[in-house]
Amino acid sequence: MTDTMERPSTTGATQAQEGPGRGMRFTNWAANWVDERTSMSGLVKELGRKIFPDHWSFMLGEVALYSFIVILLSGTFLTFFFQASMAPVEYEGSYAPLKGLEMSSAMASTLDISFDIRGGLLMRQIHHWAALLFVASIGLHMLRIFFTGAFRKPRELNWVVGFVLFVLAMGEGFTGYSLPDDLLSGNGLRIIDGMIKGVPVVGTWISYLLFGGEFPGEAIVGRLYTLHILLLPALVVAAIGVHMVLLIVNKHTQFAGPGRTNDNVVGVPIMPVFAAKAGGFFFIIFGVIALVASTVTINPIWNYGPYDPSPISAGTQPDWYIGFADGALRLVPPGWEFQLGPYTVSMNILIPILVLVLFLLVVALYPFFEAWITGDKREHHIADRPRNAPMRTAIGAAGVTFYAALWAAASSDLIATHFRLAVEGVTHAIQALLIFGPIIAGVVTHRVCIALQKKDREIALHGYESGRIVRLPGGEYIEVHEPLSDFERWKLVSFEEYQPLMVRPDARGRITAGQRLRASISRFFFEDRISPVTQTELEAAHSDHH
Amino acid sequence: MRTESTSPRRSRGRGRRSPLASAALLLVGLLATGGVYAAFTTAATAETTQRIDALADEGEKLFLANCASCHGLQAEGTDAAPTLIGVGAAAVDFQVGTGRMPMAATGPQAEAKPVQFTDEQVKALAAYVATLAPGPAIPDEKYLTGEGDVAVGAELFRTNCAMCHNVAGAGGALTEGKFAPDLHNVDPAHIYEAMVTGPQNMPVFNDLNITPEDKANIIAYLTYLDNNSSPGGLDLGGLGPVSEGLFAWIFVLGAVVAVTVWLTAKSN
Ligand code: HEC
Ligand code: HEC
Repeated sequence: MTDTMERPSTTGATQAQEGPGRGMRFTNWAANWVDERTSMSGLVKELGRKIFPDHWSFMLGEVALYSFIVILLSGTFLTFFFQASMAPVEYEGSYAPLKGLEMSSAMASTLDISFDIRGGLLMRQIHHWAALLFVASIGLHMLRIFFTGAFRKPRELNWVVGFVLFVLAMGEGFTGYSLPDDLLSGNGLRIIDGMIKGVPVVGTWISYLLFGGEFPGEAIVGRLYTLHILLLPALVVAAIGVHMVLLIVNKHTQFAGPGRTNDNVVGVPIMPVFAAKAGGFFFIIFGVIALVASTVTINPIWNYGPYDPSPISAGTQPDWYIGFADGALRLVPPGWEFQLGPYTVSMNILIPILVLVLFLLVVALYPFFEAWITGDKREHHIADRPRNAPMRTAIGAAGVTFYAALWAAASSDLIATHFRLAVEGVTHAIQALLIFGPIIAGVVTHRVCIALQKKDREIALHGYESGRIVRLPGGEYIEVHEPLSDFERWKLVSFEEYQPLMVRPDARGRITAGQRLRASISRFFFEDRISPVTQTELEAAHSDHH
Repeated sequence: MRTESTSPRRSRGRGRRSPLASAALLLVGLLATGGVYAAFTTAATAETTQRIDALADEGEKLFLANCASCHGLQAEGTDAAPTLIGVGAAAVDFQVGTGRMPMAATGPQAEAKPVQFTDEQVKALAAYVATLAPGPAIPDEKYLTGEGDVAVGAELFRTNCAMCHNVAGAGGALTEGKFAPDLHNVDPAHIYEAMVTGPQNMPVFNDLNITPEDKANIIAYLTYLDNNSSPGGLDLGGLGPVSEGLFAWIFVLGAVVAVTVWLTAKSN
């Protein structure tokens, strides 16, 4: 519309005399028409006045959103040609090494999309690369939220919504990966089937229910398709909606800085600059995905061939976001399953499932745990620098290490071949890493955070070391310290300090076990800490120097 | 069709006769069997046999100089290496022709390295080992053209080979540091020989398991992979989701983060 306004009018003088151009009048009329029927102008004004702070890491959520849009667009294209049926057909498409083979229509239609439909392969690759980017950007976005403490009140709920999105995204990814009914995805489903069957009593029933009979059956692709294009996307869209509304209600966090307080948000209003940037950013993301998709192969199902329960390929792995689950299974030492009467209890499957579920639960509930430990009921709108919350950062580092170990385990065979190691050695090393890695990472991170805080404190009080040595008249040597600007100092001194909670008797004069537990965890959290520089300390330091 | 069937008959007799033979005795034995054999065949075949025998003689010399230290003077095997009696010409042509033999360093498995012998010498060694006992022969050229039914070959490859070599022939890990190698650009003869001899941890696929025609189809499929790059662009080593995931994290997400940093830096 703006475009129309600015273009030199073709009818020339006549129109100039008529006041606003035809395009403008149409815009006004249309806007009015819509507003009279929806009262949207209030909302638009409200939204337009929203502020969005600028820091690169604040854009990761947007990356996830835009890759999701790319997924929706390319996915719609794919639905036009994909046939979610396991009915056997003979492949007669143009890929020679599969010609004449019997396969499911799902596989055959995916091959047709890849080789016989114009732009189909590009769309498939866009869809798949965008999916990998989608989950990866959600992951990175979550890490950003975690390490800056942006999940604290009032945003705990939105953290949970985001977590649900993460799980839904993994679900979307896995169902999508399974649709082509190729050898790789079939083996993935086989593992899922095995995991389900490992659950005592109900496992076999659930497996039969899910697959509509004995694995692989004829039903699973159709069912996964319904999940993949209907149920899960609907849930994702709904969750994204809630996520955005909560984001608008809670406003965005910002890093500490002069003029930035817990009660305001400093940044660019959404309209028009941010909106324009966001639009541009969407196309950049789309562009990056399209570039990668047009140059790099992803999921070459033509190599894998149709699913058939007998063969399996070396290097069979799920997409990266399911890797941690695959890794958990690979790390189980032999001999964990045992006989209980006529039943086999598959601890080798149950324990990893349990570990994964617990891990995800810890991630989902961490904000509530931290709130409980700190006893902090205030709202927080200033993002923490990770070093200023050493214990949280340490826990995060431990969690990342744990996840990374599981993740690496999923590629133990490739690590072995590419680094010329024995696969057993790799597995044992990762087993050790899974257990000791998080502890070491946590302790080291904690120490590093505290050391960084100490350094910040030094700098805030005495300025930067300039490296300039000066000899005083008395013969004494000192190093000259450059003082900080107020702006820089602000960043260094404004953070929260938590003290260990004391055990206090409750209303009835009793100290509950919960209280005690909380106090001891709190002590563990906050015993070692660096206090922010106070005004008095600053003044004292200044009078020292001048 | 099968050269195998000639060498077995010949060498079975010789193997029994010469447990302690010196090099000279061996030569006499060889000539004798050659003579007996020649009596059964036409003059033309006799000529070829003689040529093979001459080749085998040269092979024996090479063997004594290069292989006997590990495999024993009569190829009977030592603590260091297995016997070669009965492994056939195909095994030697494969092992020496890919540079695996003579083995250099001890490791989890003898690995391919630059070949140390000329073609002629490899054939001589093979001919010599073939005289020791029956074993798979060097395959007929007609199976090695790289032509055949790729679809059948691909399916056979997925069912018989992919569990070790990966569907795209990218290779894979076995236990204790052993591995099934990448199969790109392997000579068709060596592919065939690998199947019939089952080097090290690879199983033997004899002609009952996979007929020679089907072996040719497998070769056709592997040749197809060599000649046709991935329709989707770079193949990231054909390693599947692991390399895709790493690529997504490092390059795609990396590029996106770089863009976000650039965008926010501009506005500050
Ligand atoms: C350093 C010791 C060493 C030398 C020298 C050596 N080999 Fe070997 N060879 C081995 C070992 C160990 C094996 C068993 C492991 C394997 O199959 O790679 C073997 C296996 C073989 C096999 C495969 C046997 C089978 O069962 O399929 C053949 C054929 C062979 N060697 C031929 C030769 C020839 C021909 C030479 C000389 C050019 C040679 N080797 C030199 C150590 C040696
Ligand atoms: C049990 C695992 C396994 C299976 C199944 C298997 N291989 Fe192998 N293959 C190996 C190993 C291990 C080696 C390495 C042997 C060596 O280095 O001596 C190998 C080596 C090879 C080589 C030599 C590669 C080179 O670089 O020189 C070829 C060719 C080959 N295999 C083809 C096949 C074909 C074709 C099939 C299916 C018919 C097959 N393999 C099935 C394990 C296997």
